[in-house]
Amino acid sequence: MTTTVRNAPASPATASPGGGTRASRPGGRHRRGAARWFVLAGAVAVALAVLAPMIIMALNAVKSPAEYSQDGPLSIPSELYLDGIVNFWQRVDFLVKLWNSFFISAVVSVVACLLSLLNAYAIGIGRIKGRMWIVLLFLLANMLPQEALIYPLFDMARQVGLSNSQWSVIIIFTVIQSAFGTYLLASVLGTFPPALLEAAALDGAGRWRVLWQVVFPIVRPTLMVLMILFFIWTWNEFFIPLVMLTTNDTQTIPIALASLQGDRMMDAPTTNAGALVSLLPALIFFLVFQRTLTRGVTAGAVK
Amino acid sequence: MSAPTTRARRRRPGWLPYLPYLIPGGVLFVVVIGYPLVTNVYISLFSWRGGLAPLEWIGADNYTELWHDAAFWTSFQNSVAMIVAMVIVPTAVGLVLAAVLFDYLGRRFGGRVASVLRATYYLPQILPVAVAGVLWNWILNAQTGALNEILRGLGVTDPPNWLGDPASALPSVMLVLIWVQIGYPVVIFMAALQRVDPELYEAAELDGAGWWRRFRAITIPQIRPETFVVTLTCTVAALKVFGPIYVLTRGGPESSTLVPSYYSYLNFFDKSRVGYGAAIATVLTVVIIVVAVVILALQARAERREEVAG
Repeated sequence: MTTTVRNAPASPATASPGGGTRASRPGGRHRRGAARWFVLAGAVAVALAVLAPMIIMALNAVKSPAEYSQDGPLSIPSELYLDGIVNFWQRVDFLVKLWNSFFISAVVSVVACLLSLLNAYAIGIGRIKGRMWIVLLFLLANMLPQEALIYPLFDMARQVGLSNSQWSVIIIFTVIQSAFGTYLLASVLGTFPPALLEAAALDGAGRWRVLWQVVFPIVRPTLMVLMILFFIWTWNEFFIPLVMLTTNDTQTIPIALASLQGDRMMDAPTTNAGALVSLLPALIFFLVFQRTLTRGVTAGAVK
Repeated sequence: MSAPTTRARRRRPGWLPYLPYLIPGGVLFVVVIGYPLVTNVYISLFSWRGGLAPLEWIGADNYTELWHDAAFWTSFQNSVAMIVAMVIVPTAVGLVLAAVLFDYLGRRFGGRVASVLRATYYLPQILPVAVAGVLWNWILNAQTGALNEILRGLGVTDPPNWLGDPASALPSVMLVLIWVQIGYPVVIFMAALQRVDPELYEAAELDGAGWWRRFRAITIPQIRPETFVVTLTCTVAALKVFGPIYVLTRGGPESSTLVPSYYSYLNFFDKSRVGYGAAIATVLTVVIIVVAVVILALQARAERREEVAG
């Protein structure tokens, strides 16, 4: 394992200088054909190293403990052993956790988008005085370690009767995610075509109507990307839910999985089935939105 | 009323009517981030067991104690290891992988091959970090883990206790983090490469420059802005890392994988030393902001130098 991961990336680099010389264009001569297969093999080896842990997990999620101790982790299970999945599903009450994760992430992604849009409208289109500082503040807020906020937040939640409440987590993540959203959207709206705004103003549209009828339709694709990002980021969050959600009926999937660790009842199939079932929602979400998502990650980087 | 043309003539600044749009975000920002951040610094000046226990003012004592606390220094030393695993290795390997996928494999085997490989590298990034941690925790488990089962099958009689031995725990955690992190720079860099003018590569190729020369002379300088962004975001993430440590090792064995965020969590919620935990979190915040400002300043300087040179 260790050697594959460490050495594989080096092979494309060392193999390529030979293959990358002149006349190796697509449809060009085939004389240097061997080198490109080496490079491909290197890149595929890295991909396999990345996939290996997940393949091992999938294999052992449906393998009986007896077979695991006899044939080891790499064997193909001779029959589908579903006790691990059933065991995990019942132990953590998976449907409840699934709903909790979904509910928190969905509310956060929608409200955080709305908040980002309002902020960015004032900053990017309204050109509020001191907007440079406001954007900088939002950017810095994004970098803060959550540990520097958690104890006061934990205390505040208790004082207002929101301890162990999903609403405390929702409020916190709405603000944290919208800090990034504001930063990104403000720079997008900073370059908004002024002609459109002028035309709307001539038509007698007020600021509220301009926001919803002119600005919103144009930035909708960016908002979609933000919404997907917020959803998946909130879904994957660990630290704040770990501290704020203390009972079984409020916890999210990652917390439920982590809290089963070290449990003596957790044999190999249960652990792997737990990991598998817990990653499936994220994986399905990723496959459905893969295109939008890669665009979103890129958009975040360039801005 | 708000038309840009009439804005200049009015005495009231044109931005004022937009202020209400900032109010909900502003209020929430102050309540959820501003106030807690300031309160945390305030708490760090007290000895407090948390909850309803009384706060006892001790001034900077928590910070002097930190200065002499070996575990605190270890945690920041381990942060350097986290930066190696989450920034340096993934960025360097990611650059090579992205360039190979984009301008070598992509051109010889078609874009589909490149994008399938890219998606595969990116896969660990979408897993909830706790799930990745639980999976690896099992794989690396000394007795029943997959890795040691495989090693025993290969005839290794006494395979290492990956996460349980102070000598191997940190490298093992680093390996997991490299696995998690590798796809992020690849995706960013491949997108960046699409920006680069293909004629640059063609001209270099006609001049007889090999792949490695083109990589160094064109690819690296052209995507410098993205490299800075990746360095900044990953460095901040490495300094903040919590989930993988919590799930893999809980900072152990013998503090060999302790990181600042986990150390402050430990003081907050395990040792009930809230003031001390707040002091650790405050120091971590300052370190992160300083590092981020330094990286941003370096980026600004590099951009300026480029302008002068160009």
